[in-house]
Amino acid sequence: MAKAKSQLDQQAILAQIEANRSGWKETKKRLKKSAGLYVILLLPIIYFGIWHYWPMYGVQIAFKDFLPGSGIWGSPWVGFEHFERFFNAYYFERLIRNTLAISAYGLIVGVPLPIILALMLNELRNKKLRNIVQTISYAPHFISVVVIVGMLLFFISPTSGVVNGVIEMWGGERIDFLADPNNFWHLFTWSGIWQSIGWSSLIYTAAMAGVPPEQYEAAYIDGAGKFRRIWHITLPGIRPTIVILAILAVGGIMSVGFEKVLLMQTGSNLETSEVISTYMYKSGILNAQYSFSAAVGLFNNIINFALLIVVNAIARKVGETSLW
Amino acid sequence: MSLVNRSQGEKLFDGINVAIILIFTCIILYPLLYVVLASFSNPAELYENPLLIWPRGFNVESYRLVFENPDIWTGFRNSILYTFVGTFTNILMTVLAAYPLSRRDFFGRGFFTFVFTFTMFFSGGLIPMYLVNQSIGIVGSMWALILPGAISVFNMIIMRTYFQTRIPRELEESAFMDGCNDIKLLMKVVLPLSAPIIAVMVLFYGVGHWNNYFDALIYLSDRNQFPLQLFLREILVKEEMENMLQSASDTGYADRMLAKEGLKYAVVVVSALPLLILYPLLSKFFEKGILVGSIKG
Repeated sequence: MAKAKSQLDQQAILAQIEANRSGWKETKKRLKKSAGLYVILLLPIIYFGIWHYWPMYGVQIAFKDFLPGSGIWGSPWVGFEHFERFFNAYYFERLIRNTLAISAYGLIVGVPLPIILALMLNELRNKKLRNIVQTISYAPHFISVVVIVGMLLFFISPTSGVVNGVIEMWGGERIDFLADPNNFWHLFTWSGIWQSIGWSSLIYTAAMAGVPPEQYEAAYIDGAGKFRRIWHITLPGIRPTIVILAILAVGGIMSVGFEKVLLMQTGSNLETSEVISTYMYKSGILNAQYSFSAAVGLFNNIINFALLIVVNAIARKVGETSLW
Repeated sequence: MSLVNRSQGEKLFDGINVAIILIFTCIILYPLLYVVLASFSNPAELYENPLLIWPRGFNVESYRLVFENPDIWTGFRNSILYTFVGTFTNILMTVLAAYPLSRRDFFGRGFFTFVFTFTMFFSGGLIPMYLVNQSIGIVGSMWALILPGAISVFNMIIMRTYFQTRIPRELEESAFMDGCNDIKLLMKVVLPLSAPIIAVMVLFYGVGHWNNYFDALIYLSDRNQFPLQLFLREILVKEEMENMLQSASDTGYADRMLAKEGLKYAVVVVSALPLLILYPLLSKFFEKGILVGSIKG
């Protein structure tokens, strides 16, 4: 009896091995069939290895004291020392506040406004006007951040700006808008809206073009007014697009457009303009505190990543649309 | 809808809508127009009365100053070089990555799609990236501006979607029957059919390289290698910030200041020229290409 059972076991194991072997054979066959595609993919694989996964491996220096001589692997571990230093620093709260405030401001204004613009363009009866307005509206998207900030200064600079010129013409005092910390978030956000609203609305206009026109006709015959048609047909029609873009926006909440922040910073507005990423750049690249900055950056990325996962999970639960 | 007469309310709605859109267009357009008008104006008169609807004291002195400035020439030369080499690298790498991922019969497709797109959501960060470039030895050379960003995952997904939806499967299959291999197929069949999406990618990547200042700020230290944006940063942003601290005392200083003001406007216009030339050429492909991939992601 016992013997029979062990024999059965043996047979099962042999069958398993055989199955594995044929599975492996199958895999090999399919790999061979895809060989040409692997040749094509070789350079990209190397690229992602070096410039994306090697830095992820290198992020361990956040838990080490990086010594250039010893390299990433050879430097001594220090645990959470850098994180503790960052959390306990007097500027920590300020960095978090500024980062979150600038991002949240950008989200609150920057998500709905392009949708509203797209809705308004969609309601335009004159198609020619619509195309012209749309083409103009996304032109600023292609301007560099340096020029955008330069243009902002053309307008608000205390020495030569138009706004101050006009204020003075009317007998007022010149104001240094950028130096006043109270203005920074507004200047940053609204100059960003000016640059990106047209571009961001493009994708919604495209999505609206996909809404079947019969639905509008039916609603019209049923006596639905413009606002009700927009509310009940257009908006639901582009909901997947809105959800996806909103998830991505929230997932990037800790990464403020810091190339622009850096350009707009002056000594006097640091109180509201210093964000995590500019701080990381200064301590890391300028002061060569590699490990400490890597810790700051890792903290930032983990929060972003966690937010993305949470928001995506919520979106999946509430609606049917999500990133994955 | 045109069959039915519009109600009074709808007409009012349309009227208000058009009015708001026209105001909006002015808000977008005026700053752009202002820079062009100011660049052709006499800086002194501009200072007296800054609001413009036409050049004030028309002159091209500011443009002369721009072209006499050696930094601008260096910047232009470098930016053109970086944009060309960078965009070429981007297109090559993006096609190489997007094509295999677009093929449903590619074994390992799911795995590599995940490995590549994961980097969109999580990265090592600025400092580890810097250290990698340092160990490879490309810090201080143009390759530091080109190789780390060789593939934008977002663009790769757009291109993959284009390949999937716009290249007929039957075409690929018949090419295989004729003894075509994957590489030949990509070169001879797929690429010739992908002109619209490649044009869009050239626009995206090209503008990205032309406008980038931050990578150059981090990785380059030799002024002779600086791209235009770094010089623009000096002229438009850094000096402006420093001017705020100084006070105008002597008359020569005031003149110099004014000349510099004119130069700023002109330099912005000049820096935008390549794009202005390129844009109409590419924009006809633009809507075709971008709208394909962006939504289906």
